[in-house]
Amino acid sequence: MLILRCPCCGVDAEETELAAGGEAHLKRFGPGSSDDDFHDYLFMRENPKGVHFERWRHANGCGKWFHVARCTRTLEVFGTYSAQTTEPPQEIKDAITAKRPGWTWREFS
Amino acid sequence: MKHYSAFAVAREALRYHTGWERAWRSPQPKKRYDAIIVGAGGHGLATAYYLGRNYGIQNVAVIEKGWLGGGNTGRNTTIIRSNYLQDPSAALYERARSLYEDLSQELNYNIMFSPRGVIMLAQTQHEIRGYQRTAHANALQGVKTEWIGPQRVKELVPIINLDGPRYPVLGGLWQERGGTARHDAVAWGYARACSAMGMDIIQQCEVTGVRSDNGRVVGIDTTKGAIDCDKLGIVVAGHSGQLAEMAGFRLPLEAVALQALVSEPIKPCMDVVVMANTVHGYMSQSDKGEMVIGGGTDGFNNYTQRGSFHHIEETVRALVETFPMISRLKMLRQWGGIVDMTGDRSPILSKTPLGNCFINCGWGTGGFKAIPGSGWGMAQLMATGHSPLTEAFTLDRFKEGRFIDESVAAGVAH
Repeated sequence: MLILRCPCCGVDAEETELAAGGEAHLKRFGPGSSDDDFHDYLFMRENPKGVHFERWRHANGCGKWFHVARCTRTLEVFGTYSAQTTEPPQEIKDAITAKRPGWTWREFS
Repeated sequence: MKHYSAFAVAREALRYHTGWERAWRSPQPKKRYDAIIVGAGGHGLATAYYLGRNYGIQNVAVIEKGWLGGGNTGRNTTIIRSNYLQDPSAALYERARSLYEDLSQELNYNIMFSPRGVIMLAQTQHEIRGYQRTAHANALQGVKTEWIGPQRVKELVPIINLDGPRYPVLGGLWQERGGTARHDAVAWGYARACSAMGMDIIQQCEVTGVRSDNGRVVGIDTTKGAIDCDKLGIVVAGHSGQLAEMAGFRLPLEAVALQALVSEPIKPCMDVVVMANTVHGYMSQSDKGEMVIGGGTDGFNNYTQRGSFHHIEETVRALVETFPMISRLKMLRQWGGIVDMTGDRSPILSKTPLGNCFINCGWGTGGFKAIPGSGWGMAQLMATGHSPLTEAFTLDRFKEGRFIDESVAAGVAH
């Protein structure tokens, strides 16, 4: 069972308290964008076997959204951080690099 | 290949069973094949089999990273049905179901197909309307299903509790010719038939790269060396994204864990398959007597082949309400498989942006029942470039808005 520390309220929440929200840091494409961009935004998701960034919601807790850096191959959690950002903070990237040197995810590394 | 028969059993009994040969060969890869299938699960082996049987393409290799049938083919709950809402799905799954009917005879391998009947329980007013609609759609599609009331459900499943306080049984969608089969035997039977046609099944061989020239596939790199091919079929379920990345395109898929469990064996008590979609649980009794139970998926990406324990708890809690007699059963084993989910919960059987490279993936939580039909359509697509069975399941349907929206039809794992 996953245990994630909610960066909003500080609670170590177990999985039954949380709701998964899919891929993090999506760039929204709406009216006026190209068909390809809109298609990718709606349907294409990163599906890595390894380092992944996700949105989670502390649903049965403080109710706030936050971000998680996690490994889909081992279920290891590298860290959680605020949802008020468009890219992972440096300390999260460093924590991943310490355990998975050379990792990449979309444009981040 | 020696023919399996009652006579063969008697003959071998007289000589202490020393004459049985291996069901399939394990050769080293050749330099070149007409077609390579990546993934020796049910779908991959069925694709290879129908390439040989229907189109005479027998210079084929099936490449497998682990062992044959060791992925989701050996991890599912073995349910076979074709009561789908949308026309393209009903056509594909009904083809599969009808091929299962005489697959044992065709392959000369007992896959233990048991058309014992499948009930999908309606436990809310919404489900009653949904399943009545599906029954009407199935009548138009030529798939034999019927809507039955709660008393008929009770006659078919005496151990069911119709009057559960939270989820009463209000009726069900009944497919009499649905049922189960021995999942491993499906893979083994196809593998034996492929090997008999001279195809090479190469296990413990991981694909590390896809080689292309001028936008067409020319071969693959593997841990047993480079192999050339004219056509490539990628049939690897949960790891489709990794193979697609090697081939240079992306897929609208996410991999999640789906769980199942079995109880200790008990005497026969339920001779149909029961699915309860509102509560995310389904159950059948295996020939050994174990109650085989399937649950729901986790909501997050996962490649670990183990799921979250609380999903098991939710499934079992709901099933205990519906089948009170299972409350004292001990559960023997619990496992997970990695399923590849698309946005509309329907599979992808398609050409790809890479020429002569084809993909069969996205079966999500319901691939086992489709194995023969999937192989039939995929083989036609690879051999001729077009298949009426697969034409709706293309990779570009998401861009064009042609969804085959089965998440609405089933509302749950299917």
